[in-house]
Amino acid sequence: MHGFMTLFKKEILRFWKVAFQTVMAPVLTALLYQLIFSHVLSQHVEAYPGVSYTAFLIPGLVMMSMAQNAFANSSSSLIQSKITGNIVFLLLPPLTALEFFGAYLLAAIVRGLVVGAGVLAVTAWFGLPLPSHPLWILAFAALGCGVLGTLGIVAGIWADKFDQLAAFQNFIIMPLTFLSGVFYSINSLPPLWKTVSHLNPVFYMIDGFRYGFFGQGDVSPWLSLAVVGGSFAALASWSLYLIGSGYKLRQ
Amino acid sequence: MTHAISIESVSKRFGSLQALDSVSFTVAQGEFFALLGPNGAGKTTLISAMAGLSRPDSGHIRIMGHDTVTSARQARMTLGVVPQELVFDPFFSVREALVFQSGYFGIRHNDAWIDELLHKLGLTDKAGTNMRALSGGMKRRVMVAQALVHRPPVIVLDEPTAGVDVELRQSLWAFVQELNQAGHTIVLTTHYLEEAETLCSRIAMLKKGKLLALENKDKLLAHSATREISLKLAAALPASLQPLKVREADGRHILQLADIARLEDVLRELRLAAVEVRELSIHETDLEQVFVKMMHGGRV
Repeated sequence: MHGFMTLFKKEILRFWKVAFQTVMAPVLTALLYQLIFSHVLSQHVEAYPGVSYTAFLIPGLVMMSMAQNAFANSSSSLIQSKITGNIVFLLLPPLTALEFFGAYLLAAIVRGLVVGAGVLAVTAWFGLPLPSHPLWILAFAALGCGVLGTLGIVAGIWADKFDQLAAFQNFIIMPLTFLSGVFYSINSLPPLWKTVSHLNPVFYMIDGFRYGFFGQGDVSPWLSLAVVGGSFAALASWSLYLIGSGYKLRQ
Repeated sequence: MTHAISIESVSKRFGSLQALDSVSFTVAQGEFFALLGPNGAGKTTLISAMAGLSRPDSGHIRIMGHDTVTSARQARMTLGVVPQELVFDPFFSVREALVFQSGYFGIRHNDAWIDELLHKLGLTDKAGTNMRALSGGMKRRVMVAQALVHRPPVIVLDEPTAGVDVELRQSLWAFVQELNQAGHTIVLTTHYLEEAETLCSRIAMLKKGKLLALENKDKLLAHSATREISLKLAAALPASLQPLKVREADGRHILQLADIARLEDVLRELRLAAVEVRELSIHETDLEQVFVKMMHGGRV
């Protein structure tokens, strides 16, 4: 247990020491999206009855920032340790696969939540109403960060080089988050693209998270919870298996 | 008594390369043991297998009786490894690195021992310095400290003095000898053969993944044979000794003896021929010569 706590603390300090880059930068990026998209689109779109586009956009941006940063935290920490070789300091001690996984996962969730809170703080004054279901918000925030944090662990273990990780980020994570309904309600899409969007687990994270703020979403929050929870369980099992088997970590 | 390290028929293959080929030997508790061999001999692969960084294809390794695969946690608790590559975490200071390393081994409140390690390794005034700002030699010292945070009974140092200045090498060896005297088992690999010769009591030589020799150091040196003597004589070398002569240098005759006991025969021949000896010196074989000879397929 102490091994887990130590690794968790190390992972938190790792991003906190460079918070300007790991927290402030994504908050600024999200603020720019909010400023530009709400300026361009506020007159044209009303996503839900009674919910302005400006307000609708905020939870999407918060969840997208959380997801991307949770992924970045675990994946970049692991790939850096692997490439510089200092991962050996984690492989020599008797840390269990669960301690290893738990520490990287929890640190990724914390980074995601800190960034999410930052984005919320700078965008909420664009007209976000008081949340109607705070527990849903917390549940989807934690689980969404958990899914992407776990995916980051898998990607960090799998990738041998930074460009492989960048490919994972640009060709998988970015499309999944951008095409998940961050900037639009999928009800506005043609039927084919609506169906495709339903296959994207990130869509359920954002939709469930948004439900917590507005009390309405594209699908039931329970369906979203099942999809996101199921995705997390599957990815966590896969990740634990990879760590336990020593895949790409131990020869 | 349980062996500090027990290696039984360990083999490991990477693709077409047989990195380890049925290697077996044991290291007793309290021994100072050297693992020698040229690059690619399998030393680091063997150490990785001991440390659980790689898994042997077949065979078993036990550290203080704990199997590195089936009792991996206990085996890792009893082993301290200083890896060959100079690696560090650029985010943290020396003290942070050591506190974290202690934590990974489940140890809280390790400050007294960390202070002692810092002191012994000459790192006290660098405790708050970021790892990035340290010289290569200093980073190497931190790696030694990281391997010792959990006071392991068995310590493995993989080429710890490669590329390190003379001063650090000496202070490091003094510290490692101190640990050995305190009862720790030490295994080292080194390219500096004189280090192995000075420090270690037993030596294993690896070549292409196979154990080539495993001997007590003195025995290895004794086997290895041919000793040379250098003679400066008042007159010519007697004809009876000509077959032993290998060369002449600076007016001295260099004779090769199969055994040091043959020296008496040489002296007797010289007395019989009434040739006065002006200077006599014996050249002991050193480990380097044994090593080079063995690696070129010579017999010891």
